[in-house]
Amino acid sequence: MSPNMTLSWVLALVPEIGLLVLLAVVLLYDRLIKPEERRRIGLVTAWGAFIILVAMIGLWIGTGEPNNATGIGESLLWGDMIRFDLAALVFRVMFLVALMLTALISLDVERLQKGEYYALLITGTIGFSLMAASADLIMVYVALETASISSYILAGFVTKEQRSSEAGMKYFVYGAFATGVMLYGMSLLYGLTAQTNLYVIGSMFLGAQGIPAEVNAVLLLAAVMIVVGFGFKISAVPFHFWTPDVYEGAPTPFTGFVSTASKAAGFAVFLRVFMAGVLGATGTPKDHPAMWWAMLVAMTIITMSLGNFVAIFQSNIKRMFAYSSIAQAGYLLIGLVTLSPDGSGATMFYLLMYIFTNIAAFGVIVIVSNRIGSDELKDFSGLSRRSPYLALVMLFALLSLSGIPPTAGFFGKFFLFRAAVDAGLWWLALIGILNAFVALYYYLSAVKYMYLYRSEEEDDPIPVSRGAKVGLAFSLFFILYLGIYAGPAFEWTREAATAFFALAG
Amino acid sequence: MEFPFLSIIVLSPIAAAIIILMMPKERGENARMLALATMLMSLILSGYMYVAYNQNLPEMGTRWADTLMFVEEHAWVPSIGVNYILGVDGMSATLVLLTAIVGLGGVMISWRIDDRPREFMAFFMLLVAGVQGVFTAVDGFLLFFFYELAVLPMYVMIVIWGWKVTREYAAMKLTLYLLIGSFISFIAFLVLYFTPVDGGAALRTFDLRIWSEANFPFAIQQIWFLPLFLGFAVLAGVWPLHNWSPDGHVAAPTAVSMIHAGVLMKLGAYASMRVGIQILPEGTVYWMPFIIFLTIINVIYGSLVAMRQRDMKYLIGYSSVSHMGLVTMGFAAMNSQGFLGAGIQMVSHGVMTALFFSVVGMIYDRAHTRNMDDLDGMSKPLAWLVVPFIIGGLVGMGMPGLSGFLAEFPIFLGVWRGGSLNLSGTIFGLNPANYYPIIAIISALGIIITAAYIMRAVGKVFFGEYQGDKWHDMRPLFALDKVALVMFSVILIVIGVFPSVIAPIVQSGMAPVVQRLNDAQHAANFLDTVQTAATNLFIWLGGA
Repeated sequence: MSPNMTLSWVLALVPEIGLLVLLAVVLLYDRLIKPEERRRIGLVTAWGAFIILVAMIGLWIGTGEPNNATGIGESLLWGDMIRFDLAALVFRVMFLVALMLTALISLDVERLQKGEYYALLITGTIGFSLMAASADLIMVYVALETASISSYILAGFVTKEQRSSEAGMKYFVYGAFATGVMLYGMSLLYGLTAQTNLYVIGSMFLGAQGIPAEVNAVLLLAAVMIVVGFGFKISAVPFHFWTPDVYEGAPTPFTGFVSTASKAAGFAVFLRVFMAGVLGATGTPKDHPAMWWAMLVAMTIITMSLGNFVAIFQSNIKRMFAYSSIAQAGYLLIGLVTLSPDGSGATMFYLLMYIFTNIAAFGVIVIVSNRIGSDELKDFSGLSRRSPYLALVMLFALLSLSGIPPTAGFFGKFFLFRAAVDAGLWWLALIGILNAFVALYYYLSAVKYMYLYRSEEEDDPIPVSRGAKVGLAFSLFFILYLGIYAGPAFEWTREAATAFFALAG
Repeated sequence: MEFPFLSIIVLSPIAAAIIILMMPKERGENARMLALATMLMSLILSGYMYVAYNQNLPEMGTRWADTLMFVEEHAWVPSIGVNYILGVDGMSATLVLLTAIVGLGGVMISWRIDDRPREFMAFFMLLVAGVQGVFTAVDGFLLFFFYELAVLPMYVMIVIWGWKVTREYAAMKLTLYLLIGSFISFIAFLVLYFTPVDGGAALRTFDLRIWSEANFPFAIQQIWFLPLFLGFAVLAGVWPLHNWSPDGHVAAPTAVSMIHAGVLMKLGAYASMRVGIQILPEGTVYWMPFIIFLTIINVIYGSLVAMRQRDMKYLIGYSSVSHMGLVTMGFAAMNSQGFLGAGIQMVSHGVMTALFFSVVGMIYDRAHTRNMDDLDGMSKPLAWLVVPFIIGGLVGMGMPGLSGFLAEFPIFLGVWRGGSLNLSGTIFGLNPANYYPIIAIISALGIIITAAYIMRAVGKVFFGEYQGDKWHDMRPLFALDKVALVMFSVILIVIGVFPSVIAPIVQSGMAPVVQRLNDAQHAANFLDTVQTAATNLFIWLGGA
């Protein structure tokens, strides 16, 4: 922990600094332009996110930082508050991509053409980005709140609509409660160790022989409570109740954002807190499974199964996607409960591909429902005749979600299940696979609506603006690219995931 | 670098599909031409490969890895042992050629699809690419990848262009059956991937060349053979997992039925042989005497149900179940005759059902019914259909001089000889030596039922009084239809009259698998103790 500020101190916050600048630009720009040119705010946001993304990756390639060779001490910066490692970088890439794509698909939604909307998206992204890097319980909490508060407002952004206000309120009440419980868990952890830094706490438990039973009990309680907060963020069962209502009521582009970036950020802290050392050090499933591990496995199974089974019965496409995203959280947890770098890497790869896939799907929903003013599944009938392009993007997004080649989801699931079998959890992989089939049923039903059923408005084509087209094409490209040539991306996430296990060596 | 025959055969349909999708809407004609050109090219390439392989047949007793030709190898996700490896042995070279033929026939038959022809051709190309990929993959992961790739276009094509009455139900059923089966196989894949071999480290590769020589512990083989084999055998229509198949055949548009019954079901048989039998020979020896009971049910039950059908497509669908049962039965014989017969049966049945389905499709396009009670005297307006249909029927009955005989006779011979299986103990309290000959006799009797339902269909549909005023849409056949019919008929006859065009190459492809099984039988000391059926089952359940 060098007391002198070095270049890496700044490097570590490049995306946050960039986003802050972008935030100022967007707010000023909003004041300066004519009302009829408001659509451009979204374009500015998208370009800004893109530039920050390129700058961040450019700096990473140019300076070679972060990398796995840096020790824990050197990579903890800003008063040990954040850790600048590869894992943080990978997650930040995800958030910036999500911000960019969300901005692109929001462009043409008239009621969202406001500076505040994009400003809140940006502050949310700042929160996510900090969550991914935070290495201290306090920082975890502050970052999480930064992200959450933006999200609450965004969910209720369309004040004229009752559904939206309800979504915002529900999200807020639920979220505040969950975070409160999480905070209590964190304070228990602090009470046990008198430390807030994750890595310091981790090293205290690492290798400690014979933790007293009463300490173990409190530790378990702390773990359970922290899981409440994180489980809420990733919408795992039983903390999923807000998901369908918020997804349905919130403005659709934001739903795409919350289902991807917010989930990814949730997993970022989940992985870091549980793998980086605090609790991860208590054991791997092979030697002595901890209690919280068993709880997480149960949560995994229930999350996937409930999400998939309930999704079958949805008639509103946004609600269907809400339950689908619950189920996806279940698959993602498989990688987490393997407690291995391979598994965490698989989770990160899955999140990466999930961002492209889900935002592509929501992009199509946004464009279609913007035109037809409904997001009922049956109103998607005849989409393949009204706009073959949109139908094709949706088809590949659905295939990717159900894990069928040649899409990214296939590799995503493959890596997860592979990690599970490697950890000796072949039955968990089997449950995952059976779930994937339940999911296939409703994903294919959506395909059926688009391609098979006819509607009366078939001759009325759905126009797609250029910005949205670019966003969708970008996502589609990556869905297919990661589905055919997944190797390098997986290597990258797997290497990044080893950063979580730096303590365990 | 050598000329990448296999990559072109596998990937050119995908390229064609992408180009077709990007064409503007009005240019359906170009989509067809492109699809036809792609299929012609892959027919020429695979024909060349077939001839080339035939001239360089590997000697008996060569390792499987050395019998592969046209091998291409590229890294894909190297760190976890997934590579892009293509190659063909005798069996797969034959099946690649079969796919090219049936694919070409499929494009010809669906020349006049008028609802969204671009999408139809694009998905059809994807389907062909998936099938060719499975036949040529030498990497387990790649095989699985293409297998999934083949199933999905089936769903879309059945749902969009299928028979309106049952298409949604049938397509969903088919997709779920096949994907569940294959994914269960895949779990077994992963387990093998992580299982230590010969007391050493785990293989951690999907390279089938390495797997085909690995000796997995018997306990693993015993547990995982069933999931691995049956998961793929779902696609081969093994009873009681055959249920998706007649429904799928019926609901699919003609070209898809052809590919589906003609080639896709072979995919199941091929994959279950390539990864199930070849990788886990001891598991095969352990379970096959049990699985043969399923196959006999396939053969007899399939043809009995076919007997009852009025809808021509259902009739052929169930006859497929019955004939594919013979393929699995050939595997279950576990000797070279059985495998040879199974291999030829795959080809013969592939061409035969493609022929059947194209005939039925042509009748249905004109009569708008497939009900055999309504159809009468079709020989009058559609004279071109009679002879091919009868040839197909005779093949199905195993008439000497046609390919069916060449396929079915070795299978029965193999099963009969399976009685001398070198098993030192008993399985499920039964010794194969006691019942294999009986199974051979019963299944040979099944052929009589086949003869009965084929005769019935021919009589009802083609002969009898032709009521010209009943049909308002009775057009003559198109030239391309005739070309396809003649092509299929000629192949069936040529194989039957000149067995030497196919038997040696199939035999060379099957020899390494049979060799593996023989070795496993000699090493079969695990059967020393006499166990009852119940204890066997408990051991299996407990182990799992």
